[in-house]
Amino acid sequence: MDETQNFIEIYRQEADELLIEIEETVLEIEEAPEDREAINRLFRAVHTIKGSGAMFGFDKIVDFTHTLETVLDMLRDALLPVTKDLIDLILKCRDHIKSILNHTAGGDEVDMDYENSLVESLNAFLGQAEKREDRPASADTRKPETEDLEKREVTYRIRFKPEPNIFMTGTDPALLLEELKEYGDHEVIPQFKNIPFFDELNPEECYIFWDIILTTSVSYNTIKDVFIFVEDNCELSIEIIDNEVDYVYDDDLKRLGEILVERNDVSPDEINSALNEQKKLGEILVDSNKVDSQTLVSALAEQNQLKKVKEKRCEDKGASSLRVASDKLDVLVDLVGELVTVQARLTQLSSNLEHTDLISISEEVERLTGELRDNTMSIRMMPIGTTFSKFRRLVRDLSGQLGKNIDLITEGAETELDKTVLDRLDDPLVHLIRNSIDHGIESPEKRKKAGKPEKGTIKLSAGQKGAHVVITINDDGGGLDVDVIREKAVQKDIISKDAALTDKETFELIFAPGFSTAGSITNVSGRGVGMDVVKKTIESLRGAIEVDSIKGEGTTITLKLPLTLAIINGLLVTIGDVFYVLPLASVEECVELANSKSEQASGSNILNVRGDIIPYIRLRDHFGVEEEKPDLEHIVIADVHEKRIGFVVDNVIGGHQTVIKPLGPAFKHMKDISGATILGNGTVALILDVNALI
Amino acid sequence: MSKVIMTVDDSNSIRQMVGFTLKRAGFEVVEAIDGQDAINQLKGSPVDMMITDLNMPNMDGIELIKSVRTMQKYKFIPIVMLTTESQDEKKQEGKAAGATGWIVKPFKPDQLVSIINKVLRQ
Repeated sequence: MDETQNFIEIYRQEADELLIEIEETVLEIEEAPEDREAINRLFRAVHTIKGSGAMFGFDKIVDFTHTLETVLDMLRDALLPVTKDLIDLILKCRDHIKSILNHTAGGDEVDMDYENSLVESLNAFLGQAEKREDRPASADTRKPETEDLEKREVTYRIRFKPEPNIFMTGTDPALLLEELKEYGDHEVIPQFKNIPFFDELNPEECYIFWDIILTTSVSYNTIKDVFIFVEDNCELSIEIIDNEVDYVYDDDLKRLGEILVERNDVSPDEINSALNEQKKLGEILVDSNKVDSQTLVSALAEQNQLKKVKEKRCEDKGASSLRVASDKLDVLVDLVGELVTVQARLTQLSSNLEHTDLISISEEVERLTGELRDNTMSIRMMPIGTTFSKFRRLVRDLSGQLGKNIDLITEGAETELDKTVLDRLDDPLVHLIRNSIDHGIESPEKRKKAGKPEKGTIKLSAGQKGAHVVITINDDGGGLDVDVIREKAVQKDIISKDAALTDKETFELIFAPGFSTAGSITNVSGRGVGMDVVKKTIESLRGAIEVDSIKGEGTTITLKLPLTLAIINGLLVTIGDVFYVLPLASVEECVELANSKSEQASGSNILNVRGDIIPYIRLRDHFGVEEEKPDLEHIVIADVHEKRIGFVVDNVIGGHQTVIKPLGPAFKHMKDISGATILGNGTVALILDVNALI
Repeated sequence: MSKVIMTVDDSNSIRQMVGFTLKRAGFEVVEAIDGQDAINQLKGSPVDMMITDLNMPNMDGIELIKSVRTMQKYKFIPIVMLTTESQDEKKQEGKAAGATGWIVKPFKPDQLVSIINKVLRQ
C-alpha cells in the first residue's frame, strides 16, 4: 500500500509543523495566560496530532497525547490555572511526542520510564483540577459489530416514526428503509394518519411514519444500528414477533364451522352463506372508526409475513428427510426391476409391429421407466461416511486397549454405495480394521526400534471407479511375513510343503478357512474366523478382495464392490445364439474385427487400435461355441484392472437396462458369469464378469 | 454524474486520506481547510454532501454546520462530522446543529464509504 505510506509521510510532516506550533503557542500563553484563542489553538493542535495519529496507526502517540489533551481541555475550560509548572510540563510533553515521532521514523528507542513520569505529572494536574462529574464513558458505537453466529430467522415488527423536523439534519428516511430492506424478506407499510390538512401542512416536515415487518437473520443490534444517527430524532420500536423457538403449531384447532359441518349439523353451503353475511373484523373496526385503513393494512401485512415465515418453515422441515423402512424400498426396487423388464418387452414388441403410435408411447414409457429407475436407485444410495465414522471410535478404543498409538485417516467419505451393499459391508470392514490394529500396527517400542514414528496410521479410503466402489484399508504396520504365512499354511494343511507360490499367492492364503497367524489369540482378533468370512461376504456382494503387503512397511487390503446390486447399464452382445451382457461402465469402445485381420495376427490375439496394442479374448473359444462365426466379428474393449482388454463377440446389439437376477446355487461354480437377466422377448441373457474372464 | 462531496479538515493528512477514499469510491471531492474556507467555497460550485472535522481554527465544525443549514441550497444536504471518542457531548452538539451523522476517528476507508452510502442517495 504505497498510498498508506504516502499518508503516513504526510502525517509526519503535519505533526512536525503542529509541534512547532505547540511550542510557539505555549510560549505565547506563558506571556499572556488570558489569551483564550491561544489556548484553543494549543488544544486544537494537540487534538489533531492525536486524531490524525489514530488514523494512521501511531498508537503510541495517541496513547500518550490522550492524557495531555485531557489536561488541555481543562485548561481551556478554565478549570486549571496557567502556571509555570504546567507550561514546563506541556513543553516536556511536546518534546516527548517529538521523540516518539522520531522513533517511528527509525530514531532512538523511547524512554518509557520518562513517559510514565510525564503521564504521572499530568495526572497530578488532573487531580488538582476541581472535581468534575465523571465523564460518561463514551462507547464507540461504530465498532465493527459482532454478528450473532446463529443464522436463525427472526421476524421483527419495526415502527419508525421520525420527528417532523428530521429533514433538518439532512436525513433521508427512505434511505434507512432501503438499508433495512437489504436484510431480508420485508413489508413496508407507510402510515399517513398524521398528515395534517393542506393549510397546516409544512412541506419541510415529515408527517409519515412507517411500519416494517422484517424477517431476517441479522441481529437486533444490526437493525438498531441502521437508525443510529436518528435515534434521538425519532420514535423507534423494534419488537420480535416471531422467533423459531417460540414457534408452536397452534393452527390445528378446528374452527366452529368445521366441527358443525363434520357433525352434519349444518351444510357447508349454509356455513359459507353465514360467513359471507358476517363482516370481517377489520371492516367492522374501520367502519366504527376504531382504526384507520392504513393501520389495518399494516396489521394484515404482519399477519401475512408471519404466515409466509411459517409456511416456509414447514416446507423446510418437510424437505429435510423422511424415514422409510428399508424393506419398503426393497419392494420398490423389485417392482422397478420388473417394470424395466416389461418395458423392454414393450419396446421390442412395438418395434416389431412397426406401429408408429405404439412406438411413441413405448418410447415415453422407456423414458419414464429410466427416470423412475435412476430415482429409485439414488434413494438407496448412501454415503459411506456414516460407516467410516463408526470406525473412529473402534480404532480409538482398541488401540487404547492394546497400548498402541494409532491414527485413523479416512478419505472419500462422500462416496455413495447402495444401502444393501453398505449394510453388509459393516462386518467385513470391522474385521479388517481390527486385524490392522491387532496384527498390523506394531507396539510403540517396536515401531521406535524400526525407525518408524511411534504413532501408527490406518488409512481408510473409498472412491468410485466405473461401476465399482473401491475401498482400501492401508496400515503402516509390520506387513505380512511370507515365510510365517507359508509355515502356518503348511502346518494347517492348507498347502503342501513343496507348493510353489508367488508372494501374492501366499498373501491370498490368509483368506483360507481356519487360517490365523497371530501367535496368541487376543480378544480383538486371531480367532481364525475372520478373513475367510470377509472374503465370502465380499464375494456374495459380487465384489473382490485383494491383499498387498511389503514386509516392514505395511499392508493394503483392497475391496472392490459393485455400486448397486439390482440394476446395471449393460451392453448386449451375442455369441452364437446366446445373449450376453457386459457391464457398460467398464466398456470403453467397440471396434470391428475383420476375419482376415485376426488370421493375420496368427493366433497372437493382439490388436492394434489407433496405435494402442490391445490383447483380446475370443469369448467364442472361451465358451466353446461351435456355430459358424460371422464374417465380421466385433471387439468390445473394456477397462479391466486399469488395462484395456478386448472381448471378441459375434454381434453388438446395444445398450440394455439390465435387471440382475442371481443364478441358482447350481451355477455357483460359474466364475465368469455374475448373473442373468431377462430380455424383452423373454430370452435369458448372461451377465459376464469381465474381471473374472481374464 | 458523480456526486460531489466536500471534506473540511484542518489536518492535511486526514483531508488526503478522506479525499483518496472518496475518489476511489467514485465521488468528486472538494477540499476545505476550515469552516470559513468551506463556507466560501460553498457559495461557488454546489456540493451534494459534506464531511467535516469539529475542531478547526477560524470557524469550527459546529459553527459550520449551523451556517450551512441556514443556506437555502444546503438546508437538507447530508453532513457527517468526524469526531473522536472523547467528544460525546460534541456529538450531541453537532446533532443539534444539524449534522446528519458522525464517524468516529480512527476509521477505515470502508467504514467511511458505508456511512456515506447510508446518508447520501446515489
